[in-house]
Amino acid sequence: MKTIDEINEKIRSGKAVVVTAEEMIEITKEKGTKKASEYVDVVTTGTFGPMCSSGMFLNVGHSKPRIKIGGGRCTLNDVPAYCGLAAVDIYIGATAMPDDDPRNMVYPGAFKYGGGHVIEEFISGRDIKLVATAYGTDCYPKKKIETYINKYNVNEAYLFNPRNSYQNYNVAVNLTNRIIYTYMGIVKPNLHSANYCSAGQLSPLLKDPKYRTIGIGTKIFLGGGVGFVTWNGTQHNPNVPRSPDGIPRAGAGTLATIGDAKQMDPSFLKGASFIGYGATMFVGLGIPIPVIDEEMAYFTSRSDEDYWAQVVDYGNDYPNRNPVSLCEVNYAQLKSGKINVNGTEVPTFPISSYSKAREIAELLKDWIISGRFLLTNPVAPLPGVGSEIKMNALEVRDIENP
Amino acid sequence: MKKRIIIRFKKNMIDKPIVYRLAKDFNLIFNILRANVLPKADSIMVVELEGSDEDYQRGIEYLVQTGCDIEPIEQDIKRDEAKCVHCGVCTSVCAPSALYLNRDTMKVEFDYERCVACELCVRVCPVKALNVYFDY
Ligand code: SF4
Ligand code: SF4
Repeated sequence: MKTIDEINEKIRSGKAVVVTAEEMIEITKEKGTKKASEYVDVVTTGTFGPMCSSGMFLNVGHSKPRIKIGGGRCTLNDVPAYCGLAAVDIYIGATAMPDDDPRNMVYPGAFKYGGGHVIEEFISGRDIKLVATAYGTDCYPKKKIETYINKYNVNEAYLFNPRNSYQNYNVAVNLTNRIIYTYMGIVKPNLHSANYCSAGQLSPLLKDPKYRTIGIGTKIFLGGGVGFVTWNGTQHNPNVPRSPDGIPRAGAGTLATIGDAKQMDPSFLKGASFIGYGATMFVGLGIPIPVIDEEMAYFTSRSDEDYWAQVVDYGNDYPNRNPVSLCEVNYAQLKSGKINVNGTEVPTFPISSYSKAREIAELLKDWIISGRFLLTNPVAPLPGVGSEIKMNALEVRDIENP
Repeated sequence: MKKRIIIRFKKNMIDKPIVYRLAKDFNLIFNILRANVLPKADSIMVVELEGSDEDYQRGIEYLVQTGCDIEPIEQDIKRDEAKCVHCGVCTSVCAPSALYLNRDTMKVEFDYERCVACELCVRVCPVKALNVYFDY
């Protein structure tokens, strides 16, 4: 047993052994989990994928005379931002689109520029055009404003992402005879491609499957800067089918995260356009996992063969919310380039970047070794296996006869 | 020199040994990148021609004389290495596997030689790292 405080002490004195999740797999193969748990103090993880539930809060400062953007309307580079808050607080979400974007009118739409792109440009330090209209009050008389803001002249700018870092995810196939454009990319008809979206053995929540060390308050790598876990993410569902050792075999836990956008790096936060689907943002995220005991050495050293995902038809079943899994495959199979779906060999394609995930795990390792990043004790746990949580579906009621 | 061109054949021409003569009489190495040959309609072929400047010019003149329409491929697909995040989305649409995942580095590599300029990857790349250039 080691405590996080003891591990931090070792980091401060330069004696901590910090390795990436890939390295941990090798070390444990050699030493076994018992010895590995004594030898290794921290295992770093990483993931880099499209995460739609991401966005940024901004306080743009007060103009002279003042304007109450709150309750009015505003856009950043023509992309609408949410302003149902105080006078000059706004929120821009990754999937927001300019009003005049044709979206899927000409199918499949290109979704060239959306909220995620605004955030990337903001983080790069570029000027962002702010246009706001307000109704005017005695204390906030101005009714219209057109100006530029950037990360140097606003007050706060922080990412607040309601759902990041899915613990696991579906593999998308298409059983229909037409090509489909989804958030899982283009999926070819008649089971001709399978798209997956997880870093597998490098993915943060897969390495701590029971949320023993990751909790509310955990300090993380977010978008190239430092961030924190603020809550469980939306749709956090620990109660999915799991392997006997507790590893989830479907999308399970998620994290809500926060972090100062001004210190982030655009190479780890990228506006993205998914053809026929929408605008979103690639988010890079990494979490250090303290190896407090042998069980954590066991979990942090599981490899792609140990992580299973469900193959789901995005042609019919997914859009119609039919909870059908065609089969299970593991990430080693997915990464080999082909999987077998009930007798058919199907080529696989990733949607998230494993090489970026690896880069993040390496970077986080360097930060910890150099002493600039210490580990945190969670202030409260995330809802775990056996908690009351269950996923509610939206049962649509008739407005006239509820 | 090496150039990519699109050759359009009229429907009554497909029995002429055009490609053979390009190689035999003009010493041109040709590499068929894409072909859509239809017996009852105009056909189209995307080829890469390689040879001396002079042979290339004579070869093109010959093609024009026989009644083919020649268009240089003005598009060239290039990847902005600084923008690419190696997500892999483009690999799912690239039929000739010019874009493919290197399973060791898990990075997406671009083998320009295999590209037939179909532009599908340009449309799907989420970060617009792939672009069409008109540089001939
Ligand atoms: S889709 Fe674009 S970003 Fe992704 S690997 Fe291909 S070129 Fe790179
Ligand atoms: S243009 Fe077509 S062939 Fe060339 S790399 Fe892109 S998808 Fe592949």
